[in-house]
Amino acid sequence: MRIDKINRRLRDSYGGQVQAEDKGDFIVVTGRLKEWNDIVAACSMCVQKGKKKRGKHVVNDIVFEGERQPGMRLPGLEDSSLEGAAPDVLIIGGGISGASIARELSRWKLDILLVEKEADLAVQSSGRNDGEVHPGVDLKKGSLKQEYVLRGNRMYDQICKDLDVPFRRCGQYVGFTRWIHLPLIFLYVLEKKYRCNVKDTRLVGRKALRSAEPELNPDFKFAIYNPDAGCVCPYGLTIAYGENAVENGARISLNTAVLGMDVKEGIIQCVHTNRGNLYPSLVINAAGTFAEDVAEMARDRFYSIHPRRGTNSILDKKAGHLVRSISSVKTLKKTAGHTKGGGMLHTVDDNVLVGPDAVETWEKENFATQQASIDRVFAKQKATSPQLSQRDIITYFTGVRAATFEEDFIIEMGRRTKNLIHCAGIQSPGLTTAPAVAEDVADMAVKFISGQREVKPNTAFRPRRRGIPRLRELPEEERDRLIRENPDYGVIICRCEEISRGEILDALNSPLPVCTVDGIKKRLRPGMGRCQGGFCMPLVAKIISEQQKIPLSQVKKAGAEAVISYGSVKGTQRLAERSRGFERI
Amino acid sequence: MKEYDVLVIGGGPAGLAAAIAADKEGAQTVLIEREERLGGILKQCIHDGFGLVRFGEMLTGPEYAERFIEEFMERRIDCRIQAFVTRIQKEDQGFTVSIADRTGMKRIRTRTVVLATGCRERTARQVFIHGTRPAGIFTAGTAQHFVNLLGEMVTKRCVILGSGDIGLIMARRLTLEGARVLGVYEVKPEPSGLTSNIRQCLEDYQIPLFLSHTVTRVFGQERLEAVEVARVDDDRKPIAGTEERISCDALILSVGLIPENEIAQQLGIPLDRASGGPLCDNSLMTDVEGVFTCGNAMNVNDLVDYVSESGERAGKNAARYTRKNRTYVELKVDSSLLCLVPQRVEEASEEPVVLYFRSSTGMDSAVLEIQEEGRVLFRKKYADLKPPEMERLSLDWKNLQRTGGKQLLFSLKGGGG
Repeated sequence: MRIDKINRRLRDSYGGQVQAEDKGDFIVVTGRLKEWNDIVAACSMCVQKGKKKRGKHVVNDIVFEGERQPGMRLPGLEDSSLEGAAPDVLIIGGGISGASIARELSRWKLDILLVEKEADLAVQSSGRNDGEVHPGVDLKKGSLKQEYVLRGNRMYDQICKDLDVPFRRCGQYVGFTRWIHLPLIFLYVLEKKYRCNVKDTRLVGRKALRSAEPELNPDFKFAIYNPDAGCVCPYGLTIAYGENAVENGARISLNTAVLGMDVKEGIIQCVHTNRGNLYPSLVINAAGTFAEDVAEMARDRFYSIHPRRGTNSILDKKAGHLVRSISSVKTLKKTAGHTKGGGMLHTVDDNVLVGPDAVETWEKENFATQQASIDRVFAKQKATSPQLSQRDIITYFTGVRAATFEEDFIIEMGRRTKNLIHCAGIQSPGLTTAPAVAEDVADMAVKFISGQREVKPNTAFRPRRRGIPRLRELPEEERDRLIRENPDYGVIICRCEEISRGEILDALNSPLPVCTVDGIKKRLRPGMGRCQGGFCMPLVAKIISEQQKIPLSQVKKAGAEAVISYGSVKGTQRLAERSRGFERI
Repeated sequence: MKEYDVLVIGGGPAGLAAAIAADKEGAQTVLIEREERLGGILKQCIHDGFGLVRFGEMLTGPEYAERFIEEFMERRIDCRIQAFVTRIQKEDQGFTVSIADRTGMKRIRTRTVVLATGCRERTARQVFIHGTRPAGIFTAGTAQHFVNLLGEMVTKRCVILGSGDIGLIMARRLTLEGARVLGVYEVKPEPSGLTSNIRQCLEDYQIPLFLSHTVTRVFGQERLEAVEVARVDDDRKPIAGTEERISCDALILSVGLIPENEIAQQLGIPLDRASGGPLCDNSLMTDVEGVFTCGNAMNVNDLVDYVSESGERAGKNAARYTRKNRTYVELKVDSSLLCLVPQRVEEASEEPVVLYFRSSTGMDSAVLEIQEEGRVLFRKKYADLKPPEMERLSLDWKNLQRTGGKQLLFSLKGGGG
């Protein structure tokens, strides 16, 4: 599509309020609009949908008049702990992309530093998605997403084995309620299987579906089935990648935000953070919804991110029987835009996840949940499983996808800035693709550094990570043996998820310890069960305080400001102060 | 493998009473407790008011527990503390129970099991509070654990949602510790807690109670900064335009208790939707032969005295248990009763049958009627019934003049709110 044609369409829709300009390798859209959805629609209009080659990226420079766009939330911490560091590779972002790249790069003798602005890895998109390992059946041939999803999916058995992360190929069903759709879907499946190379795709009839998933909608006549679809704990995998990277020599600095860059003659000279100035040879931009902001800092902004929110509900394990795989309903009704209704997914931890929906938003970090999202998703998924009920919900969460207007990944060297790699626009199925993308990005990085000096393999690299033993899953004899070695494994702290004191201490001593209540929760699950931490949270806080030798009032839920308690109750306060004084003497 | 007649799970007031009662019957008894100390939730209930029915005294929670713990110790009943039941397998004769503790995995064989596992608190998400997920949102019991067991203050300025008893107790406790309790918000048009607690914990400290109000949203990234409250309509839905933002550092929730029956469900024991506990007979035996229920796992009590009472009954009957065919009379309720436990009575029972029930609405003067096929067998007048206040009824089963019907219908008649 030519630029004048784009502008004609924009004029028709927005009466000259917005204009597009061709910048050679990307299109910039400017103007002013009051509605965020109009901005998204206008920019999406500028996307060139070529059959063969990928179109130009779209950069959104439309002024949003509706609301004030919040700036990036920064860690409440400033020091100079990283001042002067000159790593070979600086990775910005501790989501699944950044963590997996760090691990793949640690196969090489390189000085690797990953910075993450949050207090833990996988706090944003990677910690707030459903953990599906996609088969790729819904993607168009020719996109980067499609290319990587097939490769990534195949790598999951090995990578999860190496990193000691639970993974289950549970399969995916997309059910149809009307026979009339069968011929069309039959052709669709053939196309997917033979032209798009999604080899596992097949159609299953009502009987097979019912025997596999007896509690799904009895009106399903047939379903598209992909046995290769799977599920994994998304933050569990991210943390495992991060820990293995650290075990192999990479450094990870949490609570570290990139604030700006000095770029001279197409080279990033210096990266400013809240913990000092860094002088990396190469920068990898894996900053999720903030990838565009990082690109801008690096003077290499040729794409935009339009955040898209999604909310998932988590059901009690007691509702685990509703669905054993990943299941959803397809109605073939024309829906506007990217309104996803999600599906139902039986997680590796035996809960059921319901969702997510998809809502465009200008706020990259607004993770507040809304009842309307849950109501919408449940209304739709009732058609997947009639037994589905909001009564079974134990909690819910919202995440924000880092979508580009082209709805595809950007994985390439910087265009105007040379020592930069973009790993951007990573939205669904970014978890599935991560193992494959990480390999390619690591290759690109090694090739770049090799242009300056010789890069040798890291002969000490150990691909295997030994995770914390999951005692509740072990046979009794094995569990008995471990408890005899370490009696703390026999002291149950979290009754809902059966987590022992020993496992909590292991997490506090892990390669990448995050000594907060949420850090422990993400590594082991205490607080994720039906009591939601009501019983175990004070106990976990106490263990952290003892192990870290800090008062309870300094134990945090997550970030530096997330205090849980304010110190001793009346009376004991002064006593405590006095005894602290003695310690100092 | 050690063999017992009665294995009690849970060392709170129900479990302690059950173990003592079983021991009195001469049964080989063992009690399994998850925590380091016996006493269950009473350990953190340092306020008084416990034991009035049973001992005619006002005791604190720990004092009340102490009386049972002492007797338990004197009787030298077997006990495993800091021990966690990981699995129960039903066998032809009794059960094999797997237990994890500091020494390893153990298996214990027992003829009967008493489930005295108590209850847990409903959480913020289960009452559909939306917004961010900051620190500073506590269930009342969790806040109580921090303040009373760990000696740590969790708030300087808070809002309490729900007027359940623990919430009311915590309103007073936090006030005494110097926190400002801005108000207790209750979604229902009447309070959920005992009237005495409303008086002693709120009115005496000028803490306002807002009925037909709820918390709709929370704000704050890391620590709670504010909550949004709103008035609700008759269907308990927030009324648009009545929202008010209140800045505070904590939200304390007292929005209901849920009997803990994960082990029961693992054994395939069906639960009563109304009580939340297992369906049981007047000996407190569940649908699985040899498994008994009691205390807050059976139904949520508001007085610990009744928790001990049902514990005793379960323990005694577990000790006396023999396998036999039983004929039951089902106890049904109409909509005037919120719940009734037990749900069935052995037809041939000789002893009086103790029942616990709650009314669905507040009633000034009401008559409880028990009917068999339309014929009224029993009537009892009540001056004042409130859903938060559980009633205990001892029924002279033998002289009820039943005519052999398979079920009895319980209903409450007359009396307005």
